[in-house]
Amino acid sequence: MSGQSLTLSQHAGTIVEDWAGDKETFHVPWGKVMMWIFLVSDTFIFSCFLVGYMKVRRTTTEPWPYPSEVFALELFGVNIPLILIAIMTFILITSSGTMALAVRAAQHNDKKNVFILMAITAAFGASFVGMQAFEWSKLIAEGVRPWGNPWGAPQFGSVFFMVTGFHGLHVSCGVIYLLVIATKILKGHYDKKGDYSIVEITGLYWHFVDLVWVFIFAFFYLW
Amino acid sequence: MENVQIQQPAEAHESGDQEHPIGIYLKVWILLFVLSFFSYMVDYFDFQGMLRWTLIIIFMFLKAGFIVAVFMHVMWERMALITAILGPPLLLLFLIGFMISEGFYVFGTRVDYMGRPAAAERVHVTHGEEAGHEAEGGH
Repeated sequence: MSGQSLTLSQHAGTIVEDWAGDKETFHVPWGKVMMWIFLVSDTFIFSCFLVGYMKVRRTTTEPWPYPSEVFALELFGVNIPLILIAIMTFILITSSGTMALAVRAAQHNDKKNVFILMAITAAFGASFVGMQAFEWSKLIAEGVRPWGNPWGAPQFGSVFFMVTGFHGLHVSCGVIYLLVIATKILKGHYDKKGDYSIVEITGLYWHFVDLVWVFIFAFFYLW
Repeated sequence: MENVQIQQPAEAHESGDQEHPIGIYLKVWILLFVLSFFSYMVDYFDFQGMLRWTLIIIFMFLKAGFIVAVFMHVMWERMALITAILGPPLLLLFLIGFMISEGFYVFGTRVDYMGRPAAAERVHVTHGEEAGHEAEGGH
């Protein structure tokens, strides 16, 4: 049955069964349910930011700066639009892939590879934050402030700092979270119970951070 | 609590025991790269108008879908958890709808009653020393 999803009629049967009985509703480790509850509420926070961004962008009568040009970078004498953001996107996707492999390694109780893959994921995350810091300082040097910028609508700056800042905070926390769990795995903290579902739970958080970036990339940088 | 968990009869969809072939992760990983590359190309080749928005939205939802379904294992979960995760965020569609409607109204009042331009000229970005100094001086 591994690697298969249920058909729709089977799904209809399980949902009635799970909610109707006088028993546990979710057949997953409690930590996983807790993480999902946190992620769903975090979804609402990020959605509020993005909807707020949509509103100010829709209502401002001042021109919106071209994000493609704002985030252009001169590499080897050529001006490439949005290149830094593209690199950051690829880094985050790569880190999501290594995290997925770490979760798989945990299912095989392969502690060494779990540690290595989680450490690599954290390293990618840290480099993402580093690039974001570079981007922030570059824009601040060019005069972008939460209350104004040289190219148009002042809301551009406030949205940029708030949305990317909040996302960057999530990535930074994720890096710390990954390193803590990876170290605990290596030290054998979970060996007694033999339950490595914590890796999957950490993975959920990390994939969520990548997921949020997908929306920020589309709506803020590409729109 | 784990120790006293009641065994569910004949249910293979217990999380924790899930094991998926490595192929699906690698395929999705490559797919995410390709989709990101495409969405970057939308900007690089400077597509504008409906084509741009359509492509961006399609690539975005495909990427988001694959991350949630495969990387976050949602496609292998039971329906009770799937609906608990994906159901509540659907309410956001109302918020988005209301804010779009309200946004057009606010924009209209700014144009009609405050004399703001309905279509302001967008300024191309120059990365240079002067741009920075201008903004510093302005505040």
